[in-house]
Amino acid sequence: MKELALMKGNEAIAEAAIRAGVDGYFGYPITPQSEVMEYLMLQKPEERTGMVVLQAESEVASINMLYGAAGTGKKVMTSSSSPGISLMQEGISYIAGAELPCLIVNVVRGGPGLGTIQPSQADYFQSTKGGGHGDYRLIVLAPASVQEMADFVDLGFELAFKYRNPALILTDGLIGQMMEKVELSPQKERVTEFDQSWVTTGKTKDRERNIITSLNLDPDLQYEHNLKLQAKYKSMEQDVMFEKTECDDADFLLVAYGSSARICQKVVEMARSRGKKVGLLRPQTLFPFPSVELARMARKVKGMMAVELSAGQMVEDVKLAVNGRIPVSHYGMVGGKIHSPDDVLNELEKKYIGGY
Amino acid sequence: MAKAKGAIVVDVERCKGCQVCMVNCPTDTIGMATEVNGKGYHYAYMKNPENCTGCTNCAIVCPDGVITVYRVKQN
Amino acid sequence: MEVKEIIRPENLVYRRTPLMTDANLSYCPGCGHGTVHRLIMEVVEEMGIQEDTIGIAPVGCSVLAYDFMNIDCTQAAHGRAPAVATGIKRLWPDKYVFTYQGDGDLAAIGTAETIHACNRGENITIFFVNNGIYGMTGGQMAPTTLEGMKSSTSPYGRNNATMGPPYKITEMVAQLEGVHYVTRQAVHKPGPVRKAKKAIRKALELQKENKGLSLIEFVSNCNSGWKMTPNDSNTWMEENMFPFYPMGDI
Ligand SMILES: Cc1ncc(C[n+]2csc(CCOP(=O)(O)OP(=O)(O)O)c2C)c(N)n1
Ligand code: SF4
Ligand code: SF4
Ligand code: SF4
Ligand SMILES: [Mg+2]
Repeated sequence: MKELALMKGNEAIAEAAIRAGVDGYFGYPITPQSEVMEYLMLQKPEERTGMVVLQAESEVASINMLYGAAGTGKKVMTSSSSPGISLMQEGISYIAGAELPCLIVNVVRGGPGLGTIQPSQADYFQSTKGGGHGDYRLIVLAPASVQEMADFVDLGFELAFKYRNPALILTDGLIGQMMEKVELSPQKERVTEFDQSWVTTGKTKDRERNIITSLNLDPDLQYEHNLKLQAKYKSMEQDVMFEKTECDDADFLLVAYGSSARICQKVVEMARSRGKKVGLLRPQTLFPFPSVELARMARKVKGMMAVELSAGQMVEDVKLAVNGRIPVSHYGMVGGKIHSPDDVLNELEKKYIGGY
Repeated sequence: MAKAKGAIVVDVERCKGCQVCMVNCPTDTIGMATEVNGKGYHYAYMKNPENCTGCTNCAIVCPDGVITVYRVKQN
Repeated sequence: MEVKEIIRPENLVYRRTPLMTDANLSYCPGCGHGTVHRLIMEVVEEMGIQEDTIGIAPVGCSVLAYDFMNIDCTQAAHGRAPAVATGIKRLWPDKYVFTYQGDGDLAAIGTAETIHACNRGENITIFFVNNGIYGMTGGQMAPTTLEGMKSSTSPYGRNNATMGPPYKITEMVAQLEGVHYVTRQAVHKPGPVRKAKKAIRKALELQKENKGLSLIEFVSNCNSGWKMTPNDSNTWMEENMFPFYPMGDI
């Protein structure tokens, strides 16, 4: 039987984490995502599943708790919002360098600096291009509904363990605070068998000691390690996910993820009701990015418009994918303000459709 | 009273010639070799082997853990 | 009696613990880091807990501690070892988890992680090697550098008025409820080495009993950073460091 609930996006993440059999959550309060830890604490997950939930003294501490715990092979996660995620970057770089699986949730708010607690998508670069120091990538998932907030917890862990790489759910206060119906997945058992080829759980007689580190003093070894990482990131392309709406006969394509995609779904409806052939491509994974599909679409449509709550970040990846074949423009809102479907449609008509 | 008689074995190639063992030997057993090991250090050796009591002092202060100690009881 | 007759397996009284790996220690000749590593590994061997022990290496001269200790290890970012240890211990409460940290790591950049792990009473052991200097980066001033002491960033000596005085984080955390056992030790002479080893054993046994956090500070030398011979540095340490950082339980 389906288990349905009406929940906020942030709560859905927390409930999904318990049900996914997550072993540990380490976090520090910050708006607009404090509900994640609050919900977890209320649920007494130590009684429900044995999950550990710990409020750390800072995001620096929470990401390093995550690093230690992830090195033992257990399922661990943290959540925060932009300033907190910035503070975590050194730790995230270590986790990526040491190739540890874990889940990080960023419920983005407007920046720079302390910025605003209103929704934003201005952390796209930070999330998809590395964020901390060094050449590394995170698996980046972009939910556009409360249902996906829940589903991507499981998906995030699946991919994180598949690639031994941190996964990040990139969302914002719009989805985080939004109430929607969500179908909850059944409770999973917590894992009790760990991959002894790399976890630090104590050196047993039957194996060599395991070391979790991102350090290679020998440049040849670090070179090899970097090549291996790059090959891994490349191989992630097989797990690219996107959703297409009204794309088959589209003349113009909107490209948007997360909350902007929700707005663009409305734009597509409005445009279609006026007889305008507009489609939407919604990346569900931002890394890997659906570049191949966008390149394919570039042969079919006359123009693309990336719609984001930022001054223009994802649009750069769209342009790279399209590689000059057709015009690509950007429409965005900054500083925590949200564009309306009318704003987006007006811009699209001004840019491309004109006398259409 | 039974007197202990001891001997040490220095892993010459690992010795860094720091002399910490030497000053901590209560019986003046240890000296530093005039020759150097592969890394260029004047390594520790038993200058006065007859003095060694096998007390282990040198071994437990050796930062590189390169000294092995043997001891027998003598009448 | 001939030396050859003494050097026999049945007469063996001290050998390097097999829990130290065969790797050559990366430390300068005479540096106390090596002795502290070995003592910890001797205790792990004697307690028979290798299979259940996880160590956290810091950033500092001992960053490669994991190369020398034959146990599972995680290398932490500069100062974050207590948080890393917390993450591990919370999920594996039956394992022995320790951090190994220098004074810059623990008492400067990692102050928050140190104090909060102590305050929460994480059931871990912190081994804190205080050599009064940033050894790895070439001898800069540390929070523990003594007044008047020269370093590469206090070339005319530490001026307490402008640089702040050295502080005793060990005494500070000893005040916290979650901290169970705090002691200050040294490893430059046989007597102190034997005492230090007993302290290490006590700390790890307390971990087994779930008593909360224990912290052992080792006042140690950095002969390279202090620009002295190893034996001179040990004498200087006794004369100058020990009065400010007194030995014994706190
Ligand atoms: C975030 C960060 N800042 C600075 C450094 C550079 N750094 C490496 S080791 C070190 C000081 C280590 O001193 P200490 O902890 O006292 O250890 P010691 O080498 O003296 O044993 C510093 C500042 C770093 N690696 N990471
Ligand atoms: S203490 Fe060890 S390393 Fe130093 S001189 Fe003696 S044997 Fe060699
Ligand atoms: S065992 Fe004792 S007596 Fe023998 S060399 Fe070492 S310190 Fe000296
Ligand atoms: S620099 Fe100082 S702390 Fe580092 S290995 Fe050398 S003596 Fe030891
Ligand atoms: Mg130091």
